[in-house]
Amino acid sequence: MSQDVQTRDSAVPVVPPKPSKLRTFLDSDIVYSWKRQPVVILATLVTLTMFAAALFAPWIAPQNPFDPRQLELIDAFTPPMTTSDFTGNYYLLGSDSQGRDVFSAILYGSRISLLVGFAAVIFALVMGTALGLLAGFRGGWRDALIMRIADVQLTFPSILMALLIFGVIRGFLPRSMHAEVAIIVLIIAIGLSDWVQYARAVRGATMVEKSKEYVQAARVIGLPARKILFQHILPNVMRPVLVIGTIGLALAIIAEATLSFLGVGMPATQPSLGTLIRVGQDYMFSGEWWILLFPGMALLMLALSVNLLGDWLRDVLNPKLR
Amino acid sequence: MLAFLIQRVLQAIFVMFVVALISFSLFHYVGDPVLNMLGQEATEADRAALRAQLGLDQPVVVQFWNFIVNAAQFEFGISYRSARPVTDLILERLPATLELAIISAIFAVVMGILLGIYTALRRRSWLANFIMTASLIGVSLPTFLIGVLLIYIFAVELGMLPAFGRGETVRIGDWWTTGLLTTSGLRSLILPAITLGLFQLTLIMRLVRAEMLEVLSTDYIKFARARGLSKRVVHLRHALKNTMIPVITIIGLQLGTIIAFAIITETVFQWPGVGALFITAVRFVDVPVMAAYLMMIALVFVVINLVVDLLYYAVDPRLRAQGGGK
Amino acid sequence: MLPKKTLLATAVIGAMLATAANAETLRWTRSADSLTMDPHSQNEGPTHSVNHQIFDTLIYQDMDVAYQPGLATEWYVKEDEPTVWVFKIREGVTFHEGQSLTADDVAFSIDRARREPADMRGLLTSISEVRAVDDYTVEVETHEPNPLLPNNFTNLFIMSREWAEEHGVEEAQNYAAGEETYAVRNANGTGPFRVESREPDVRTVFVRNDDYWGIDHYPMEISRLVFTPIESASTRVAALLSGEVDFLQETPVQDIERLANADGIKNEQGAENRTIFLGMDMGSAQLRTADTDDNPFADRRVREAINLAVDATTIQRAVMRGNSQPAGMIAPPFVNGYSEEMDEVLEADTARAQELMEEAGYGDGFRVTLHCPNDRYVNDEQICQAVVSMLARIGITVDLVAQTRSLHFAELARGEYDFYLLGWGVPTMDSEYIFNYLYHTKEENHGTWNFTGFSDERVDELTVAMGQEVDEEARNEMIAEAWQIVHDEIVYIPIHHQMLTWSMRDDIDFKVQSENTPHFKYLRFN
Repeated sequence: MSQDVQTRDSAVPVVPPKPSKLRTFLDSDIVYSWKRQPVVILATLVTLTMFAAALFAPWIAPQNPFDPRQLELIDAFTPPMTTSDFTGNYYLLGSDSQGRDVFSAILYGSRISLLVGFAAVIFALVMGTALGLLAGFRGGWRDALIMRIADVQLTFPSILMALLIFGVIRGFLPRSMHAEVAIIVLIIAIGLSDWVQYARAVRGATMVEKSKEYVQAARVIGLPARKILFQHILPNVMRPVLVIGTIGLALAIIAEATLSFLGVGMPATQPSLGTLIRVGQDYMFSGEWWILLFPGMALLMLALSVNLLGDWLRDVLNPKLR
Repeated sequence: MLAFLIQRVLQAIFVMFVVALISFSLFHYVGDPVLNMLGQEATEADRAALRAQLGLDQPVVVQFWNFIVNAAQFEFGISYRSARPVTDLILERLPATLELAIISAIFAVVMGILLGIYTALRRRSWLANFIMTASLIGVSLPTFLIGVLLIYIFAVELGMLPAFGRGETVRIGDWWTTGLLTTSGLRSLILPAITLGLFQLTLIMRLVRAEMLEVLSTDYIKFARARGLSKRVVHLRHALKNTMIPVITIIGLQLGTIIAFAIITETVFQWPGVGALFITAVRFVDVPVMAAYLMMIALVFVVINLVVDLLYYAVDPRLRAQGGGK
Repeated sequence: MLPKKTLLATAVIGAMLATAANAETLRWTRSADSLTMDPHSQNEGPTHSVNHQIFDTLIYQDMDVAYQPGLATEWYVKEDEPTVWVFKIREGVTFHEGQSLTADDVAFSIDRARREPADMRGLLTSISEVRAVDDYTVEVETHEPNPLLPNNFTNLFIMSREWAEEHGVEEAQNYAAGEETYAVRNANGTGPFRVESREPDVRTVFVRNDDYWGIDHYPMEISRLVFTPIESASTRVAALLSGEVDFLQETPVQDIERLANADGIKNEQGAENRTIFLGMDMGSAQLRTADTDDNPFADRRVREAINLAVDATTIQRAVMRGNSQPAGMIAPPFVNGYSEEMDEVLEADTARAQELMEEAGYGDGFRVTLHCPNDRYVNDEQICQAVVSMLARIGITVDLVAQTRSLHFAELARGEYDFYLLGWGVPTMDSEYIFNYLYHTKEENHGTWNFTGFSDERVDELTVAMGQEVDEEARNEMIAEAWQIVHDEIVYIPIHHQMLTWSMRDDIDFKVQSENTPHFKYLRFN
């Protein structure tokens, strides 16, 4: 499925004079395709901006919204672009019912959304890839068992799965711990609900690679299985995994927001974008539109641009995998 | 054939067993039903008595067995919250969810196919491009945000459509209630159905478009064109027909997803269905309702999957060949 | 306190204006549904609100919370027998299904409500015997003289013995054990409305009882009452704005202004008989959730510091948007024993609070978990979040756990909390109710909601004495003394007295009732 791209890649370095790696990358059809699509360029910019904003939130944000000492209750419901009469603080995107700066809350909230998103994707990716490799490479009862479990889990939509796992994990924890471990529980719940896709893709790719001559040859010359797996098979199955991962990131971000919106994700004292929207919904009619609107837009932009990137990446890397 | 059938049925039973185990663990470990049910003035003796009455003093294995036996008869005990049999609660709420799910599925399928055909045939038009971009927004927007937005625009600002509930319902038969026969019922259905159906709509649209494009580029269609058949006939009779098989499969599988996403839509619109019942149950730690809902959803999914598998088997000759004849 | 009463003129005033023939529908919403229609199974606000439409009580609190004759036309303490209350029962009253009301039904209902498993029994523990003397006289005997007994009857609904026996519901529904009886979904009262249909949590439809005994005394303008509980605050408001409901009980504070400015909608506001406050476990040797090996709350200086750090005035302004009355004591102004002097709000003083913390040896602060309901009181979770910020400023790191009311109260009742939010209403309008539940040392029948570990011999003594003292002046002195003790000890941290807002179509004439129990028989359309 990915052979054509591969041959092209390997064909490039043959041309003298030997170009730098950067040059090779810039000449590749990925970059070519990227340059031709303004929507994708825009999505990249938005994604990078939001990543950077989330990453550097502690330096950009005027306030740490998770630190109760920094919240000025008296400034609650300050409209956007207003300086408070009480404390003299400036609120670019307004403040919420606790005097939390909405701009800061969005920065820190996207931080959580991205953290949960990335961690859940990595969790799912590592788990799925490992199980997929195992199933595809070893076959036999391991394959049967893993794939049966995968089938069972695929029976349920991942959001329901996440809700379920979340509920079960929390049920076993004392309630006073819920706020502290909310992030971890979210990561596990979302990650665990999403590993199957990776496992399936990797298993398929592994089985294809396994039957190829170079792997057969490696086996014949007695290379240890671990070496074959990591040096030969893994690099070749990474492509579909990365594509699924990019799309999975957007889905994980939405899943986190949805759980938080349903009131079972991040607590109101450490709001993620979903929590902010849930809280903001209460002010939909009262004139404090900024509490709902800005976090909603931030979530939309984040999910949309990551989705667009994922979509594009899939088309470029793997035209068949639709 | 038989081996395949048995394998699938066994797998279905295994799924149900796992879900039953999870449901039962919920019963057993999440919250203490006795403390939930008895007030603060209860004495230790009261608690012990209730424990015995609920069978909580028996060994775990026995309790699990009892749970399965009861579940097999759709018997999930009494809701902690409303003190009514869980089966009644679910049956009462089921028509609302099913109506919503079916209407939004119809909406998604009809609109999805139409838009899919359009965007495939007029691939280069600005409208098709716009629809494709908009569909990405549809996929990216979380369901709850769509619902909130629709309420804000159509119920609050424009005041055109109801913001919550099912409107007036009409009772049909013993337990079915329908909102499809009254004006207020139909009006109430619009926003939730769109919210719930939007995601599936984009999915179906993109699938139809992709399949159409693929089919349109096949020799078969080129040949049909060359024969001088009109464009319309080629597109609708030949191309569309060939795209329908994967589309129907997806629709079947998505029906389950719709029911799951109904949880969110029902919460936003206060739709009195089983999804809202489930979320309320989660918040109140109403374990019998949670357990019953899980079992019900699992059953729905298992049945859908089983049917899809069997249909595949019936349709795909290769699978049959593997089965080794009759 | 409650002298002999006769049929009051107020009830009759409406008679001339009664327009009972109107065919008006009122669509009513609030956040929660009634739990059961069994009138004695649950002692809970939303449940009583629904049952008051279907059933009557002997005595009820009208829209101005004045005690009014319901099915009892007069009541008095029997001469020479201070432990016996006599109730004269209204004649010519029939139940919805046609049975005539007699004293026997009343005695049966009181007995049913004071027996296990009825939740209402908590209010009726002082009763030793109930007798139907003749067809229209009931005598209630108490263990000790109980001057306030009739106050406990305002949510005690009267049902038909014949009906109960016919349907096998002589005992109240055992809610805790999840019992389902005929009475849970069917009701046969004497009240102003009959139930036409009911889908729990979805919709209950009532129709006017045209045979109501008070049909000529009350406006009774609603012919059809549709009750639809809506959980989400914004959906509730949207429904009123878009005209899908006519009457919204418990308007979210943030939407009061919007609704006031909306065309065709108005708000009615008033004080609710309920105070919101924080409780702390000061009795345990060590807290469960704190990072200290002792109990900081046991030190009065820490409690005082918390009291100074929690800024009730800012909470009122920012969280409640002015819709609350900051409090200095946990009795609402309606209650006998309330004192303006004691209710004076402490001015927040973070610096002084910090000093006290240092004096107490907690200059570096400590960590503790605060438990809070998130669907019981107006903006309860928001209040708790504000408290978290305020206490953070004096070094107390508060982990907040906000959850649904059933979990909150169940865990609170198990004594699992170090630090919690609670709201307390006083249906009897007397301080004794507060002391009995919240301040008395926790024992089997007293101090059942005192989770602070506070225990004071004198307060216990006074609490018991005020339940039996017949002399009003002596009694009020006891109440004042008890209040002074608990006030000095800082047992609870008062936040505010809650205010109520009801929103409705502007052609509706209906004032807020401070028990938050609308009696729709009083509602008028303009």
